[in-house]
Parts: sequence; structure tokens; C-alpha cells
Amino acid sequence: MEYFLELFFGGLTRGSIYALIALGYTMVYGIIELINFAHGEIYMIASFTALIVSSLLALQGMTGPAVLLLTAAAAIIFAAAHGFTVEKVAYKPLRQAPRLSPLISAIGMSIFLQNYVMLAQTSDFLPFPNLLPDLPFVAEYLPFLGATEFFIIVTTALVMVGLTLLIKFTRMGKAMRATAQDRNMAMLVGVDINRTISNTFIIGSALAAVGGVLIASHIGRINFYIGFIAGIKAFTAAVLGGIGSIPGAVLGALVLGWTESFATGYVSSDYEDVFAFVLLVLILIVRPSGLLGRPAVQKV
Amino acid sequence: MGPIRRLGHSLVISLWFMFLTFPIMVPKVDTIEKTVQWRWDNLLYVGAGSFFLSLLWRFLLERKERGPFRAAEREQKPDAPTWADRLRGNPRALRSVVVILALAVCIFPFLPFVTTYQVNILTNAILYIMLGLGLNIVVGLAGLLHLGYVAFYAVGAYTYALLYYHFGVGFWTALPLGALLATLFGVLLGFPILRLRGDYLAIVTLGFGEITRLVLENWGEFTFGPSGIAGIPRPGLFGMEMNLHEVTIYIYFLMVGLCLATIFVVRRLQDSRIGRAWVALREDEIACEAMGVDTRMAKLTAFALGSTWAGLAGVVFAAKTTFVNPASFTFLESAMILSIVVLGGMGSIAGVALGALILILTPEYLRAFSEYRMLAFGVIMVLMMVFRPQGIVTGVRRVYTYTRKGQDGKET
Repeated sequence: MEYFLELFFGGLTRGSIYALIALGYTMVYGIIELINFAHGEIYMIASFTALIVSSLLALQGMTGPAVLLLTAAAAIIFAAAHGFTVEKVAYKPLRQAPRLSPLISAIGMSIFLQNYVMLAQTSDFLPFPNLLPDLPFVAEYLPFLGATEFFIIVTTALVMVGLTLLIKFTRMGKAMRATAQDRNMAMLVGVDINRTISNTFIIGSALAAVGGVLIASHIGRINFYIGFIAGIKAFTAAVLGGIGSIPGAVLGALVLGWTESFATGYVSSDYEDVFAFVLLVLILIVRPSGLLGRPAVQKV
Repeated sequence: MGPIRRLGHSLVISLWFMFLTFPIMVPKVDTIEKTVQWRWDNLLYVGAGSFFLSLLWRFLLERKERGPFRAAEREQKPDAPTWADRLRGNPRALRSVVVILALAVCIFPFLPFVTTYQVNILTNAILYIMLGLGLNIVVGLAGLLHLGYVAFYAVGAYTYALLYYHFGVGFWTALPLGALLATLFGVLLGFPILRLRGDYLAIVTLGFGEITRLVLENWGEFTFGPSGIAGIPRPGLFGMEMNLHEVTIYIYFLMVGLCLATIFVVRRLQDSRIGRAWVALREDEIACEAMGVDTRMAKLTAFALGSTWAGLAGVVFAAKTTFVNPASFTFLESAMILSIVVLGGMGSIAGVALGALILILTPEYLRAFSEYRMLAFGVIMVLMMVFRPQGIVTGVRRVYTYTRKGQDGKET
């Protein structure tokens, strides 16, 4: 039972991280129907920014929660800036192009960003300091759960609540929902489409940055390639829940997290990544619209 | 927009990029030695580079936006074709170009200044032409974005490697077997994903490619894991003894032959019933179905035939390098083959050949830039999509026009 609980909370932690990244995919897909392949790289860039900023702060002799706050702020700002720029450079000129074009452009962007970070920084794995606070009460009440895991789950839950409020109640959120439903109609009633799309990219990238800081602290090492696998898994989560649906992305991410955790715990740890892909292929074959997604009706 | 405002705009963009790239480009932290290296000169390069590139970007984008008007002009004056059109319209010039090319290809390995290394590079480029042509069937003709193409390449390579290792099967037996097995895998992958649309298809094929690589890496008893299989024999020619240089030349000609066969088959396929079904599928799936094309069958054949060439190329690859391991079959390889197709021009044979030669030979000869190779691939894919989505060489589209007088369909 203890082992089961350990795996359960391990899966929950993983799922939380996937959810943070998956939201970026699902929001962008909801609004412009594009799989933003470069999204995983945004997450990777956020981790690198976090590593650099936290090391610089550590060299200044700074410690404590201030390091975490400053690092997270820097990671969020730079990730959001990257998301914004990527959209302007690689996707905006292709709004009217056939569907294949922005997809190829996105893959190109992803390859470019990976290699840019590799050349400007390093191709080696870098150790990432654990920035998350050590919470002693966790070990007392929840013995099967590490302090960092607890912190990740709570932070993710808070971010989710914040995002839901943002989308439900603010003007920007309304504009985003309207654009997702019908872009032309939204334009007719006065929604600034370009700004709304930019906002979506900025919010999605900021969420990925939060995920990046959390997981890098949890795992403790990063390199330029982490965005690729994380991106695919997050995308799997988004598809699993029904792409375009925000609660779907969270549900899908949790299901994926548990699947991986239990499969590696009870079956074999060699095939950790294979489980995610197999789940993806199965879902797309059995239920392409995902768990919470509505089946897409194609109008001619 | 006036020139002053334009410069101002570019200045803002360059400042933005200097801010954007600052944390990655300028500080480099050594986490073990606890030192920071500040590379301020990079900031200067980024600023200046993005300033000029943004000017160029705007200029090109504006030129592209004016495009439709120019196309309308061209319709009125039909005698303003590109060099490719002109070559196509002139069979004598075309024939002489082909003859010169054929001669150059035949003579190349015997030229006095050509070393084994150079023959090897060219063989490699031709191998990629073949892979590009195979992927071109799936992506260029049928319009299905396939991101796991390298999996079939791996199937071919491992077929030969494992058959040789366990049963001592030779190259010429393994060649058709590898192609067959890759085709079979193509059909196996094709079946479940027939229902999926563009982006989902891309991601499932990507997943399939990664699954294949991960299985090759982890299934130690069968594939020998990450260490791979070494000592695969090169192809033989009626039991003749050949030294390394001669074998290289032999593989070169073998590759040229296979590549010619590929070109021949792909050309024939393009004009066949199934080829036209693919093009229809690419242009509009619903309309295609409404016209009575069996889209499931068309997709399945596209996958199967595309995979066949990857399987063939895989067997040759294993024979050429005499060593296979999973590291040769990563996603980047798939991306490289895809960028060959995209750069050259989707759906165009000459374009794919040109794309492969450019993308494979340039980094080999510009050794100093070889580490920037993947960076350049990424940039090329984005730039091509933004500015020239049809690629370097535009694929020929058969257009049937009806003249008012005779009402007869005429091909142009």
C-alpha cells in the first residue's frame, strides 16, 4: 500500500508538471488550431534562464525564498517573451497558409531553438539547484510525499485556479474564448485577434515556465533536449483530455502521469517513454476527440 | 512606411532581440567552478544582426504580399517563366542537361583529385536523395505530414544487420527483404491512423518513430541495445576481392542505380491513377472522397510505398557504414529528411534531389559551419514556409485549360 501511495503521488507530481505544459498546447490549439511544436522548447528555455539567474544570484551570496521568486519571475518573463516572438516570427505570417505550412514552420522553430541553446550554452547536462523550499511539516503528516513534490502539486493547483479565473472572468479571457469559438465572428464584434493570439502565447509560455522551474528543481538536471520529450508528453496529455479543452488538458495530464508512474513502478522502467507514446497512439485510434473533447464536426 | 520609421522600427526590434537573447547568449555559468563568463560581444552581434535581418524580413514580406498582383501580371504576359519552366519547355536543352549530369555522375569517382572520402560523401547525399524521394511520396504527393520516417529507415538497416548476424544472409538477399519488411511496417502503421487528420497524424507518426528507437535501444537481447551491431559486410560483386576505395566506388554506383530506379518509379507513380489520387488527397480530402477516390486506400499505399524506399535506403546504409545503432535513427534524422523535401519543393523530384545535395554537401564542405547545421535546418524550414512555401523548384501542376474555339482539353 505504501508503494502504491508513493507511485500515486509520484504520478500526481508528474501529471501536475505535464498539465502546466499541456495547457499551453491546448490553449494555442483552441485558438488557432496549430500544434505549437516549439512549446516544449519554451519550457526548456525557461529552465535554462532559471538556472542562469539562480546561479548568478547564488554567486551574489543570496539564499532563501527570494532566490526562488526572482528566478521564477525571470523565467516567466523570458519564456513569455520567447512565446510572443515565436508567434510573431513563425506563425503570424502563415495565418492564411495551408495547414501543413505552420506545422512545418513550428518544427523548424523547435529545431532552431534547441540548437540555439545548445550552441550558446552547452550540450552537457547541467546540475540544477533545488530552489524549492524545504517544508518540514510535510514529512510529518504525509510520509510518502517529498516536500518538493508537495510544493509542486500545491503550486500547480493554485496556478490552475488562477488560470480558470482569468479565462472565466477577465476581458482578456472572454476575448480568448470568443476567438476560440469563431475567429471571424469575434473579429466582427471588435475583438483584437492579433492581440488575443499573442496573449494566448504569452500565458501558455508563462505556464510552461512555471512547469520548467518546478521540474528542473525536482529532477535536478537539465540540458537542451529536455523540451522535446516533455513537449511530446504534454501534447499527449492535451490530446488525451481532448485538445482545445482546458479541464481536459489537466485531466489528461494526470491520467498520463499516473499511467507512467504505475507502469514504471509495476512493469518496467526501461520503457518509461514508450508508455506515453503507446497511450497517445491508442487514444488517437480509439477516441480521437479525447476524454473531454467534443468530436470535431467538419463542415464543408 | 517612410525610411526613417522603417529604421526606427528595426531599431526597436533589434533592442527587443537583445533583451530576448540576453540570458542565453551573454552569461555562461559554470556551475561546478562557480564562475561566470560574460560574453558581451554576443549582444552586439545579436543587435546588429537582428537590425539588418528585420529590415530584410520586412522587405521580403512586403514583396511577397505584392505577389498576387505580380501573378496577375504574369497571367497576362505568359512569356515570363522561371528558369525551371523554361528548361521544362525546351526538350533539347533538357536532354543536354541530363546528359551532362549523367556524364558528371559517371566520371566523378575516377577523377584524379577525388578521394575515397569525397566519393563517400556523395554516396551519402544520394542516399538522402532516395530517402527524400520516398518521403516525398508521403508528404509531397499525398500531403500527409510524416515525422517518423526514420523508423522505416531503421527497419531496413536492422533487417540486414540482424539477418546477417543470425543467418549470414548477404546484401542482395537482404535488400528486397528490408524493403518488404519496411513496407509491411508502413501498412501496419498506416491502418490505425487512416482516420486521423493532418496534425494528429504528424504526432502519431512522430510517436511511432520514437517508439521504434526506444525499442531498439531497450530490447537488448534482440537488437543489442545502444551498442548496436558491428561488422556488417559491404555488398559483394560476384565474389570479387575489392579494396576500400574500390568498394566505395562500387557502393557509389550501386546507389546511383538505386536512385535512378527510385526516380523512374516515382515519376511513373506520379502520373498514374494512384499518383493523381494522392495529389487530390493533398489538395482537399473531402472533395477527393466525393470524387470517388478511396482515400483509405490512397493513404495506405502512400505510407507503404514511402516506407519501401526508406527500407531500401536502410539496407544500403547498414552495408555502407558496416555498423548500425539506434543513435543513427533519432527524430533529428526525420527532421533532416523532411527539410530536404521542404527545401527542394514538395512534390518535385528535381527539387528533392537539389535539396538533398544542398543540405548534405554544404555542411560537409563547410566544416567550420558543421555545428551550425541543425540550426540552419530549423531556420530554413521556417524561412521557406514564410517566404517560399513551394520550395526551390516548384512541382509541376497539371493544368487543363479549355479554349473557347475547340472545347478540347489542352495540357499546359
